[in-house]
Amino acid sequence: MEKRNLTCIGCPMGCQITVEFEGEEVFSVTGNTCAIGDKYARQEVTHPERTVTSTVVVVGGAKERTSVKTNANIPKDKIFQCMEEINQVRAQAPLKIGDVVIKGVCGTDVDVVVTKNCEIA
Amino acid sequence: MTSYDIVIVGGGPAGLAAAVSAKKAGTDSILIIERDKELGGILNQCIHNGFGLHTFKEELTGPEYAYRFIQQVYDLGIEYKLDTMVMDISTEKVVTAMNRTDGMFQIKAGAVILAMGCRERPRGALNIPGYRPAGIYSAGTAQRLVNMEGYMPGREVVILGSGDIGLIMARRMTFEGAIVKVVAELMPFSGGLKRNIVQCLDDYGIPLKLSHTVVDIEGKERVSAVTIAEVGPDMKPIPGTEERYTCDTLLLSTGLIPENELSRNAGVSINPVTNGPVVNEILETSIPGVFACGNVLHVHDLVDYVSEEATRAGENAAKYVQNGCKDQDGGKIIQLKATDGARYTVPCTINPERMDDLLTVRFRVGAVFKDSYVSVYFDDERVMHKKKRIMAPGEMEQVILQKKKIDEKPDLKTITIKIEAE
Repeated sequence: MEKRNLTCIGCPMGCQITVEFEGEEVFSVTGNTCAIGDKYARQEVTHPERTVTSTVVVVGGAKERTSVKTNANIPKDKIFQCMEEINQVRAQAPLKIGDVVIKGVCGTDVDVVVTKNCEIA
Repeated sequence: MTSYDIVIVGGGPAGLAAAVSAKKAGTDSILIIERDKELGGILNQCIHNGFGLHTFKEELTGPEYAYRFIQQVYDLGIEYKLDTMVMDISTEKVVTAMNRTDGMFQIKAGAVILAMGCRERPRGALNIPGYRPAGIYSAGTAQRLVNMEGYMPGREVVILGSGDIGLIMARRMTFEGAIVKVVAELMPFSGGLKRNIVQCLDDYGIPLKLSHTVVDIEGKERVSAVTIAEVGPDMKPIPGTEERYTCDTLLLSTGLIPENELSRNAGVSINPVTNGPVVNEILETSIPGVFACGNVLHVHDLVDYVSEEATRAGENAAKYVQNGCKDQDGGKIIQLKATDGARYTVPCTINPERMDDLLTVRFRVGAVFKDSYVSVYFDDERVMHKKKRIMAPGEMEQVILQKKKIDEKPDLKTITIKIEAE
Protein backbone atom coordinates (compact mmCIF):
# COMPACT_ATOMS: atom_id res chain seq x y z
CA MET A 1 0.00 0.00 0.00
CA GLU A 2 1.26 3.47 -0.92
CA LYS A 3 0.81 6.61 1.17
CA ARG A 4 1.01 10.09 -0.29
CA ASN A 5 0.73 13.59 1.20
CA LEU A 6 -0.97 16.25 -0.91
CA THR A 7 -1.89 19.89 -0.55
CA CYS A 8 -5.47 20.42 -1.64
CA ILE A 9 -5.93 23.14 -4.28
CA GLY A 10 -9.70 23.40 -3.84
CA CYS A 11 -9.51 26.64 -1.84
CA PRO A 12 -6.96 28.83 0.00
CA MET A 13 -7.18 26.55 3.08
CA GLY A 14 -4.72 24.20 1.40
CA CYS A 15 -5.59 21.20 3.58
CA GLN A 16 -2.76 18.70 4.01
CA ILE A 17 -4.33 15.47 2.82
CA THR A 18 -2.95 11.97 3.29
CA VAL A 19 -4.09 9.32 0.85
CA GLU A 20 -3.55 5.58 1.25
CA PHE A 21 -3.92 3.71 -2.01
CA GLU A 22 -2.67 0.93 -4.17
CA GLY A 23 -2.87 1.25 -7.93
CA GLU A 24 -6.38 2.39 -8.76
CA GLU A 25 -7.78 1.55 -5.36
CA VAL A 26 -7.99 4.28 -2.70
CA PHE A 27 -8.26 2.98 0.86
CA SER A 28 -8.42 6.20 2.82
CA VAL A 29 -8.38 9.98 2.45
CA THR A 30 -7.65 11.91 5.64
CA GLY A 31 -6.82 15.51 6.55
CA ASN A 32 -9.33 17.10 4.18
CA THR A 33 -12.09 19.22 5.66
CA CYS A 34 -14.59 18.99 2.84
CA ALA A 35 -15.76 16.87 -0.09
CA ILE A 36 -13.68 18.86 -2.61
CA GLY A 37 -10.51 17.60 -0.94
CA ASP A 38 -11.67 14.00 -1.06
CA LYS A 39 -12.44 14.20 -4.79
CA TYR A 40 -9.20 16.04 -5.55
CA ALA A 41 -7.08 13.51 -3.64
CA ARG A 42 -8.66 10.47 -5.33
CA GLN A 43 -8.22 11.97 -8.80
CA GLU A 44 -4.69 13.09 -8.01
CA VAL A 45 -3.37 9.69 -6.89
CA THR A 46 -5.13 7.60 -9.53
CA HIS A 47 -5.31 9.78 -12.69
CA PRO A 48 -3.41 13.06 -12.24
CA GLU A 49 -3.95 15.32 -15.23
CA ARG A 50 -2.79 18.78 -16.31
CA THR A 51 -3.31 21.23 -19.15
CA VAL A 52 0.01 22.08 -20.82
CA THR A 53 0.60 25.56 -22.22
CA SER A 54 3.63 26.67 -24.21
CA THR A 55 4.61 28.39 -27.45
CA VAL A 56 5.41 27.16 -30.96
CA VAL A 57 7.62 28.58 -33.67
CA VAL A 58 5.65 30.35 -36.43
CA VAL A 59 6.84 30.34 -40.05
CA GLY A 60 6.02 33.42 -42.15
CA GLY A 61 4.20 35.17 -39.34
CA ALA A 62 4.20 38.73 -38.06
CA LYS A 63 5.62 37.25 -34.87
CA GLU A 64 8.31 34.60 -34.28
CA ARG A 65 6.09 32.44 -32.13
CA THR A 66 2.61 32.13 -30.80
CA SER A 67 1.10 30.52 -27.73
CA VAL A 68 -0.60 27.11 -27.61
CA LYS A 69 -2.34 24.80 -25.14
CA THR A 70 -3.62 21.25 -24.92
CA ASN A 71 -7.37 21.58 -25.49
CA ALA A 72 -8.02 19.21 -22.58
CA ASN A 73 -6.01 17.75 -19.72
CA ILE A 74 -3.36 15.15 -20.48
CA PRO A 75 -1.90 12.60 -18.04
CA LYS A 76 0.63 14.34 -15.81
CA ASP A 77 3.40 11.87 -16.67
CA LYS A 78 3.15 12.86 -20.36
CA ILE A 79 3.87 16.56 -19.80
CA PHE A 80 7.52 16.46 -20.88
CA GLN A 81 6.81 14.21 -23.85
CA CYS A 82 4.12 16.72 -24.84
CA MET A 83 6.66 19.57 -24.54
CA GLU A 84 9.03 17.71 -26.87
CA GLU A 85 6.31 17.38 -29.50
CA ILE A 86 5.36 21.06 -29.09
CA ASN A 87 8.99 22.09 -29.57
CA GLN A 88 9.11 20.24 -32.93
CA VAL A 89 6.19 22.25 -34.35
CA ARG A 90 6.77 24.78 -37.16
CA ALA A 91 3.35 26.34 -37.67
CA GLN A 92 2.55 28.22 -40.89
CA ALA A 93 0.99 31.69 -40.50
CA PRO A 94 -1.73 32.85 -40.47
CA LEU A 95 -2.91 31.18 -37.28
CA LYS A 96 -6.15 31.69 -35.42
CA ILE A 97 -7.19 30.83 -31.87
CA GLY A 98 -8.30 27.20 -31.90
CA ASP A 99 -6.25 26.08 -34.94
CA VAL A 100 -4.85 22.59 -34.32
CA VAL A 101 -1.04 22.37 -34.49
CA ILE A 102 -0.72 18.82 -33.12
CA LYS A 103 -3.51 16.29 -33.56
CA GLY A 104 -3.60 13.71 -30.75
CA VAL A 105 -0.52 14.74 -28.76
CA CYS A 106 1.46 11.88 -27.13
CA GLY A 107 -0.97 9.29 -28.49
CA THR A 108 -3.89 10.79 -26.57
CA ASP A 109 -7.05 12.14 -28.18
CA VAL A 110 -6.11 15.64 -26.99
CA ASP A 111 -5.01 18.26 -29.54
CA VAL A 112 -2.58 21.13 -29.13
CA VAL A 113 -4.31 24.32 -30.31
CA VAL A 114 -3.31 27.93 -30.90
CA THR A 115 -4.32 30.43 -28.16
CA LYS A 116 -3.26 33.67 -29.88
CA ASN A 117 -3.87 34.81 -33.43
CA CYS A 118 -0.82 35.36 -35.63
CA GLU A 119 -1.08 37.28 -38.90
CA ILE A 120 1.08 36.78 -42.00
CA ALA A 121 4.22 38.92 -41.96
CA MET B 1 -6.73 69.85 -30.16
CA THR B 2 -8.84 66.76 -30.84
CA SER B 3 -11.35 65.70 -28.25
CA TYR B 4 -12.97 62.49 -27.12
CA ASP B 5 -15.71 61.90 -24.59
CA ILE B 6 -13.66 59.22 -22.86
CA VAL B 7 -9.91 58.62 -23.07
CA ILE B 8 -8.72 55.34 -21.59
CA VAL B 9 -5.06 55.12 -20.64
CA GLY B 10 -3.98 51.52 -21.11
CA GLY B 11 -5.25 48.73 -23.40
CA GLY B 12 -4.89 45.81 -21.02
CA PRO B 13 -7.73 43.89 -19.39
CA ALA B 14 -8.97 46.93 -17.42
CA GLY B 15 -8.84 49.37 -20.34
CA LEU B 16 -10.50 46.93 -22.73
CA ALA B 17 -13.39 46.08 -20.38
CA ALA B 18 -13.90 49.76 -19.52
CA ALA B 19 -14.00 50.70 -23.22
CA VAL B 20 -16.49 47.96 -24.06
CA SER B 21 -18.84 48.86 -21.22
CA ALA B 22 -18.66 52.62 -21.87
CA LYS B 23 -19.53 52.00 -25.52
CA LYS B 24 -22.40 49.69 -24.61
CA ALA B 25 -23.63 52.35 -22.17
CA GLY B 26 -24.11 54.67 -25.12
CA THR B 27 -20.93 56.75 -25.37
CA ASP B 28 -19.46 56.54 -28.87
CA SER B 29 -16.46 58.83 -28.69
CA ILE B 30 -13.89 56.67 -26.96
CA LEU B 31 -10.13 56.37 -27.45
CA ILE B 32 -7.89 53.70 -25.91
CA ILE B 33 -4.19 54.63 -25.74
CA GLU B 34 -1.78 51.67 -25.45
CA ARG B 35 2.00 51.92 -25.28
CA ASP B 36 2.69 48.35 -26.46
CA LYS B 37 2.41 47.23 -30.09
CA GLU B 38 -0.82 45.32 -29.46
CA LEU B 39 -3.87 45.38 -27.21
CA GLY B 40 -4.17 42.91 -24.34
CA GLY B 41 -1.57 44.13 -21.87
CA ILE B 42 0.06 41.65 -19.53
CA LEU B 43 -2.37 38.90 -20.61
CA ASN B 44 -0.40 38.51 -23.83
CA GLN B 45 2.51 37.02 -21.92
CA CYS B 46 0.37 35.03 -19.46
CA ILE B 47 0.05 32.01 -21.74
CA HIS B 48 -0.91 29.67 -18.87
CA ASN B 49 -4.54 28.76 -18.31
CA GLY B 50 -6.92 29.45 -15.46
CA PHE B 51 -8.31 32.81 -16.58
CA GLY B 52 -11.99 33.52 -16.92
CA LEU B 53 -13.57 30.91 -14.65
CA HIS B 54 -15.83 33.60 -13.16
CA THR B 55 -16.47 35.62 -16.31
CA PHE B 56 -16.80 32.96 -19.00
CA LYS B 57 -17.25 29.79 -16.88
CA GLU B 58 -14.33 28.16 -18.67
CA GLU B 59 -10.58 28.09 -18.22
CA LEU B 60 -8.86 30.25 -20.78
CA THR B 61 -5.24 31.22 -21.31
CA GLY B 62 -4.31 34.90 -20.95
CA PRO B 63 -4.22 35.65 -24.69
CA GLU B 64 -7.58 33.91 -25.20
CA TYR B 65 -9.14 35.89 -22.36
CA ALA B 66 -7.77 39.15 -23.76
CA TYR B 67 -9.06 38.31 -27.23
CA ARG B 68 -12.63 37.94 -25.95
CA PHE B 69 -12.46 41.65 -25.14
CA ILE B 70 -10.28 42.71 -28.09
CA GLN B 71 -12.84 41.13 -30.43
CA GLN B 72 -15.55 43.27 -28.81
CA VAL B 73 -13.41 46.39 -29.23
CA TYR B 74 -13.12 45.57 -32.95
CA ASP B 75 -16.81 44.68 -33.33
CA LEU B 76 -17.97 47.85 -31.54
CA GLY B 77 -15.63 50.00 -33.64
CA ILE B 78 -13.86 51.48 -30.62
CA GLU B 79 -10.83 53.58 -31.58
CA TYR B 80 -7.40 52.81 -30.22
CA LYS B 81 -3.84 53.97 -30.71
CA LEU B 82 -0.95 51.50 -30.29
CA ASP B 83 2.75 52.24 -29.68
CA THR B 84 1.58 55.43 -28.02
CA MET B 85 2.78 56.69 -24.68
CA VAL B 86 0.77 59.05 -22.52
CA MET B 87 3.15 61.65 -21.10
CA ASP B 88 0.78 63.71 -19.00
CA ILE B 89 -2.79 64.08 -17.86
CA SER B 90 -3.72 67.54 -16.64
CA THR B 91 -6.24 68.33 -13.93
CA GLU B 92 -8.41 69.75 -16.75
CA LYS B 93 -8.27 66.31 -18.40
CA VAL B 94 -6.03 67.26 -21.30
CA VAL B 95 -4.09 64.13 -22.22
CA THR B 96 -0.65 64.63 -23.77
CA ALA B 97 0.68 61.61 -25.66
CA MET B 98 3.28 60.77 -28.28
CA ASN B 99 4.11 58.17 -30.88
CA ARG B 100 6.29 57.78 -33.97
CA THR B 101 3.69 58.78 -36.55
CA ASP B 102 1.81 61.61 -34.83
CA GLY B 103 4.67 62.99 -32.74
CA MET B 104 3.47 64.77 -29.62
CA PHE B 105 -0.24 65.56 -29.49
CA GLN B 106 -2.95 66.58 -27.04
CA ILE B 107 -6.48 65.38 -26.56
CA LYS B 108 -9.22 67.03 -24.55
CA ALA B 109 -11.12 64.33 -22.70
CA GLY B 110 -14.58 64.60 -21.15
CA ALA B 111 -13.65 61.77 -18.81
CA VAL B 112 -10.42 59.85 -18.31
CA ILE B 113 -10.19 56.22 -17.22
CA LEU B 114 -6.87 55.30 -15.63
CA ALA B 115 -6.07 51.69 -16.55
CA MET B 116 -2.26 51.64 -16.59
CA GLY B 117 -1.87 48.50 -14.52
CA CYS B 118 1.16 47.92 -12.36
CA ARG B 119 4.81 47.06 -12.62
CA GLU B 120 7.12 44.78 -10.74
CA ARG B 121 9.17 45.75 -7.72
CA PRO B 122 12.75 45.88 -9.03
CA ARG B 123 15.99 44.75 -7.41
CA GLY B 124 16.83 48.34 -6.54
CA ALA B 125 13.84 48.45 -4.20
CA LEU B 126 14.89 45.31 -2.32
CA ASN B 127 18.34 46.16 -0.97
CA ILE B 128 19.84 42.77 -1.87
CA PRO B 129 23.56 42.74 -1.18
CA GLY B 130 26.07 41.32 -3.64
CA TYR B 131 27.33 42.00 -7.15
CA ARG B 132 25.20 43.38 -9.97
CA PRO B 133 25.86 40.96 -12.82
CA ALA B 134 23.67 40.01 -15.79
CA GLY B 135 21.15 37.28 -15.08
CA ILE B 136 18.87 39.05 -12.60
CA TYR B 137 15.38 39.52 -13.97
CA SER B 138 11.99 40.36 -12.62
CA ALA B 139 9.74 37.33 -13.12
CA GLY B 140 7.53 39.24 -15.54
CA THR B 141 10.48 40.24 -17.71
CA ALA B 142 11.52 36.59 -17.88
CA GLN B 143 7.93 35.70 -18.73
CA ARG B 144 7.89 38.13 -21.64
CA LEU B 145 11.26 36.87 -22.91
CA VAL B 146 10.22 33.21 -22.80
CA ASN B 147 6.61 33.46 -23.91
CA MET B 148 6.64 36.31 -26.42
CA GLU B 149 10.19 36.88 -27.62
CA GLY B 150 11.26 33.23 -27.54
CA TYR B 151 14.43 33.62 -25.46
CA MET B 152 15.49 31.63 -22.39
CA PRO B 153 16.88 33.93 -19.67
CA GLY B 154 19.01 31.12 -18.18
CA ARG B 155 19.39 27.46 -17.34
CA GLU B 156 19.81 27.23 -13.58
CA VAL B 157 17.42 29.39 -11.67
CA VAL B 158 16.82 30.66 -8.13
CA ILE B 159 13.62 32.61 -7.51
CA LEU B 160 13.17 35.20 -4.76
CA GLY B 161 9.56 35.82 -3.81
CA SER B 162 6.60 33.52 -4.19
CA GLY B 163 4.26 35.83 -6.06
CA ASP B 164 2.15 34.13 -8.69
CA ILE B 165 4.28 35.25 -11.63
CA GLY B 166 7.38 33.73 -10.01
CA LEU B 167 5.57 30.45 -9.38
CA ILE B 168 4.23 30.34 -12.94
CA MET B 169 7.73 31.03 -14.27
CA ALA B 170 9.21 28.24 -12.13
CA ARG B 171 7.02 25.79 -14.05
CA ARG B 172 7.43 27.49 -17.39
CA MET B 173 11.23 27.44 -17.24
CA THR B 174 11.14 23.83 -16.04
CA PHE B 175 9.06 22.99 -19.15
CA GLU B 176 11.70 24.63 -21.31
CA GLY B 177 14.51 22.60 -19.78
CA ALA B 178 15.80 24.87 -17.02
CA ILE B 179 16.47 23.64 -13.50
CA VAL B 180 14.73 25.71 -10.84
CA LYS B 181 16.62 25.08 -7.64
CA VAL B 182 14.63 26.89 -4.98
CA VAL B 183 12.02 29.55 -4.35
CA ALA B 184 12.80 31.73 -1.32
CA GLU B 185 10.01 33.75 0.32
CA LEU B 186 10.73 36.40 2.96
CA MET B 187 7.33 36.10 4.62
CA PRO B 188 6.21 33.05 6.62
CA PHE B 189 3.45 32.53 4.03
CA SER B 190 3.35 32.59 0.25
CA GLY B 191 1.95 35.55 -1.64
CA GLY B 192 0.82 33.22 -4.40
CA LEU B 193 -2.33 31.19 -4.94
CA LYS B 194 -2.39 27.71 -3.40
CA ARG B 195 -3.04 26.07 -6.71
CA ASN B 196 0.08 27.68 -8.18
CA ILE B 197 2.24 26.41 -5.32
CA VAL B 198 1.00 22.87 -5.90
CA GLN B 199 0.93 22.83 -9.69
CA CYS B 200 4.05 24.93 -10.35
CA LEU B 201 6.37 23.88 -7.51
CA ASP B 202 5.20 20.65 -5.84
CA ASP B 203 4.54 18.97 -9.21
CA TYR B 204 8.20 19.39 -10.17
CA GLY B 205 9.77 18.94 -6.74
CA ILE B 206 10.85 22.59 -6.48
CA PRO B 207 11.35 23.52 -2.80
CA LEU B 208 9.62 26.61 -1.37
CA LYS B 209 11.55 28.04 1.56
CA LEU B 210 9.37 30.36 3.63
CA SER B 211 11.00 33.00 5.89
CA HIS B 212 14.07 33.00 3.66
CA THR B 213 15.73 35.74 1.67
CA VAL B 214 18.70 36.31 -0.61
CA VAL B 215 21.78 37.48 1.32
CA ASP B 216 24.39 37.34 -1.45
CA ILE B 217 24.65 37.34 -5.22
CA GLU B 218 27.94 36.17 -6.74
CA GLY B 219 29.29 36.68 -10.25
CA LYS B 220 30.82 39.70 -11.93
CA GLU B 221 29.72 39.30 -15.57
CA ARG B 222 26.93 36.81 -15.00
CA VAL B 223 25.26 35.43 -11.88
CA SER B 224 27.25 32.39 -10.70
CA ALA B 225 25.68 31.68 -7.31
CA VAL B 226 23.03 32.98 -4.92
CA THR B 227 23.06 32.52 -1.15
CA ILE B 228 19.83 32.47 0.81
CA ALA B 229 19.33 32.48 4.57
CA GLU B 230 16.49 32.06 6.99
CA VAL B 231 15.09 35.23 8.56
CA GLY B 232 13.86 35.63 12.11
CA PRO B 233 10.66 37.33 13.26
CA ASP B 234 12.49 40.65 12.85
CA MET B 235 12.96 39.80 9.13
CA LYS B 236 16.75 39.84 9.61
CA PRO B 237 18.86 36.93 8.32
CA ILE B 238 19.85 34.39 10.98
CA PRO B 239 23.61 33.77 10.91
CA GLY B 240 24.54 30.15 10.26
CA THR B 241 21.45 29.38 8.14
CA GLU B 242 23.04 30.35 4.81
CA GLU B 243 22.67 27.98 1.85
CA ARG B 244 24.52 28.60 -1.39
CA TYR B 245 23.05 27.66 -4.77
CA THR B 246 25.11 27.76 -7.94
CA CYS B 247 22.94 29.23 -10.70
CA ASP B 248 23.07 31.59 -13.68
CA THR B 249 19.75 33.33 -13.13
CA LEU B 250 17.88 35.01 -10.28
CA LEU B 251 14.22 35.82 -10.82
CA LEU B 252 12.48 38.36 -8.60
CA SER B 253 8.79 37.94 -7.88
CA THR B 254 8.51 40.30 -4.96
CA GLY B 255 5.37 42.26 -5.53
CA LEU B 256 3.61 44.62 -7.88
CA ILE B 257 3.32 48.38 -7.64
CA PRO B 258 0.46 50.25 -9.31
CA GLU B 259 1.88 52.55 -11.96
CA ASN B 260 0.56 55.95 -10.89
CA GLU B 261 3.06 58.54 -12.08
CA LEU B 262 0.46 59.98 -14.45
CA SER B 263 -2.20 59.96 -11.74
CA ARG B 264 0.07 61.75 -9.27
CA ASN B 265 1.04 64.40 -11.81
CA ALA B 266 -2.62 64.98 -12.54
CA GLY B 267 -3.15 65.65 -8.83
CA VAL B 268 -5.06 62.47 -8.01
CA SER B 269 -4.95 61.53 -4.29
CA ILE B 270 -3.14 58.25 -3.70
CA ASN B 271 -3.91 55.73 -0.96
CA PRO B 272 -0.55 54.95 0.72
CA VAL B 273 -1.61 51.34 1.45
CA THR B 274 -2.54 50.33 -2.10
CA ASN B 275 -0.38 52.89 -3.92
CA GLY B 276 -3.46 53.36 -6.06
CA PRO B 277 -5.88 56.30 -6.33
CA VAL B 278 -8.41 56.97 -3.59
CA VAL B 279 -11.78 56.30 -5.24
CA ASN B 280 -15.43 56.68 -4.33
CA GLU B 281 -18.35 54.30 -4.95
CA ILE B 282 -18.33 55.00 -8.69
CA LEU B 283 -14.53 54.41 -8.94
CA GLU B 284 -13.96 58.12 -9.47
CA THR B 285 -10.70 59.54 -8.14
CA SER B 286 -10.28 62.80 -6.24
CA ILE B 287 -10.54 64.59 -9.62
CA PRO B 288 -14.14 64.56 -10.88
CA GLY B 289 -14.39 62.72 -14.20
CA VAL B 290 -11.14 60.80 -13.73
CA PHE B 291 -11.86 57.15 -12.99
CA ALA B 292 -9.54 54.26 -12.12
CA CYS B 293 -9.83 50.49 -12.44
CA GLY B 294 -7.76 47.33 -12.53
CA ASN B 295 -4.25 46.96 -11.15
CA VAL B 296 -3.54 50.69 -11.26
CA LEU B 297 -6.20 51.02 -8.57
CA HIS B 298 -5.11 48.06 -6.44
CA VAL B 299 -3.36 44.82 -7.34
CA HIS B 300 -5.83 42.04 -8.13
CA ASP B 301 -5.20 38.31 -8.12
CA LEU B 302 -7.90 37.40 -10.62
CA VAL B 303 -8.37 39.13 -13.96
CA ASP B 304 -12.07 38.38 -13.75
CA TYR B 305 -12.34 40.91 -10.93
CA VAL B 306 -10.37 43.43 -13.00
CA SER B 307 -12.85 43.09 -15.85
CA GLU B 308 -15.79 43.41 -13.49
CA GLU B 309 -14.36 46.52 -11.82
CA ALA B 310 -13.40 48.07 -15.17
CA THR B 311 -16.89 47.43 -16.52
CA ARG B 312 -18.27 49.55 -13.69
CA ALA B 313 -15.68 52.27 -14.30
CA GLY B 314 -16.65 52.35 -17.98
CA GLU B 315 -20.36 52.62 -17.21
CA ASN B 316 -19.76 55.35 -14.66
CA ALA B 317 -17.53 57.34 -17.00
CA ALA B 318 -20.22 57.10 -19.69
CA LYS B 319 -22.83 58.33 -17.22
CA TYR B 320 -20.52 61.21 -16.26
CA VAL B 321 -20.09 62.46 -19.84
CA GLN B 322 -23.77 61.92 -20.63
CA ASN B 323 -24.58 64.18 -17.68
CA GLY B 324 -22.61 66.97 -19.33
CA CYS B 325 -19.42 66.22 -17.36
CA LYS B 326 -20.97 67.73 -14.27
CA ASP B 327 -20.39 66.13 -10.94
CA GLN B 328 -23.89 64.97 -9.97
CA ASP B 329 -22.80 65.53 -6.44
CA GLY B 330 -24.64 66.59 -3.38
CA GLY B 331 -25.51 64.40 -0.50
CA LYS B 332 -23.32 63.15 2.23
CA ILE B 333 -20.15 61.10 2.09
CA ILE B 334 -19.66 57.99 4.22
CA GLN B 335 -16.05 57.01 4.98
CA LEU B 336 -14.96 53.38 4.60
CA LYS B 337 -12.27 52.21 6.99
CA ALA B 338 -10.22 49.03 7.27
CA THR B 339 -8.85 48.09 10.70
CA ASP B 340 -7.87 45.04 12.79
CA GLY B 341 -6.28 42.94 10.10
CA ALA B 342 -8.08 44.44 7.09
CA ARG B 343 -5.52 46.60 5.27
CA TYR B 344 -7.54 48.77 2.93
CA THR B 345 -10.85 49.04 1.15
CA VAL B 346 -11.76 49.91 -2.42
CA PRO B 347 -13.71 52.17 -2.61
CA CYS B 348 -12.68 54.53 0.21
CA THR B 349 -15.91 56.55 0.38
CA ILE B 350 -19.57 56.07 -0.45
CA ASN B 351 -22.16 58.62 -1.47
CA PRO B 352 -25.38 56.69 -0.75
CA GLU B 353 -27.34 58.74 -3.29
CA ARG B 354 -25.13 57.59 -6.12
CA MET B 355 -24.45 54.01 -5.05
CA ASP B 356 -26.04 51.02 -6.78
CA ASP B 357 -28.42 48.76 -4.86
CA LEU B 358 -25.48 46.46 -4.17
CA LEU B 359 -21.89 47.64 -3.83
CA THR B 360 -18.93 45.26 -3.75
CA VAL B 361 -16.21 46.48 -1.39
CA ARG B 362 -12.88 44.72 -1.95
CA PHE B 363 -10.10 44.48 0.61
CA ARG B 364 -7.08 42.48 1.64
CA VAL B 365 -5.98 41.15 4.99
CA GLY B 366 -2.49 41.71 6.36
CA ALA B 367 -1.78 38.20 7.69
CA VAL B 368 -3.17 34.67 7.54
CA PHE B 369 -6.41 34.35 9.57
CA LYS B 370 -8.01 30.98 10.28
CA ASP B 371 -11.59 30.53 11.49
CA SER B 372 -12.04 34.27 11.87
CA TYR B 373 -14.85 36.65 11.10
CA VAL B 374 -15.19 39.48 8.62
CA SER B 375 -17.20 42.13 10.44
CA VAL B 376 -18.79 45.26 9.07
CA TYR B 377 -19.67 48.08 11.46
CA PHE B 378 -22.01 50.97 10.70
CA ASP B 379 -20.42 53.46 13.11
CA ASP B 380 -20.42 51.43 16.38
CA GLU B 381 -23.05 48.90 15.39
CA ARG B 382 -21.99 45.55 13.95
CA VAL B 383 -24.19 44.82 10.95
CA MET B 384 -22.37 41.93 9.29
CA HIS B 385 -20.41 39.10 10.87
CA LYS B 386 -19.34 36.37 8.52
CA LYS B 387 -17.12 33.43 9.40
CA LYS B 388 -14.29 32.59 7.01
CA ARG B 389 -12.29 29.41 7.39
CA ILE B 390 -9.23 31.04 5.94
CA MET B 391 -8.12 34.45 4.78
CA ALA B 392 -4.65 35.15 3.41
CA PRO B 393 -2.89 38.27 2.10
CA GLY B 394 -2.60 36.70 -1.35
CA GLU B 395 -6.35 36.32 -1.80
CA MET B 396 -8.57 39.35 -2.20
CA GLU B 397 -11.67 39.44 0.01
CA GLN B 398 -14.96 41.23 -0.48
CA VAL B 399 -18.14 42.25 1.29
CA ILE B 400 -21.31 43.40 -0.43
CA LEU B 401 -23.11 46.43 1.01
CA GLN B 402 -26.81 47.02 0.38
CA LYS B 403 -28.01 50.53 -0.36
CA LYS B 404 -31.27 49.96 1.49
CA LYS B 405 -29.39 49.04 4.69
CA ILE B 406 -27.32 52.20 4.43
CA ASP B 407 -30.40 54.31 3.69
CA GLU B 408 -31.91 53.07 6.96
CA LYS B 409 -29.16 54.95 8.83
CA PRO B 410 -29.39 58.60 7.80
CA ASP B 411 -26.75 59.63 10.37
CA LEU B 412 -24.17 57.01 9.32
CA LYS B 413 -20.67 58.48 9.08
CA THR B 414 -18.24 55.59 8.97
CA ILE B 415 -18.39 52.01 7.75
CA THR B 416 -15.58 49.90 9.21
CA ILE B 417 -14.39 46.51 7.99
CA LYS B 418 -12.39 44.48 10.50
CA ILE B 419 -11.27 40.93 11.15
CA GLU B 420 -12.41 39.49 14.48
CA ALA B 421 -11.53 36.24 16.23
CA GLU B 422 -15.10 35.72 17.35
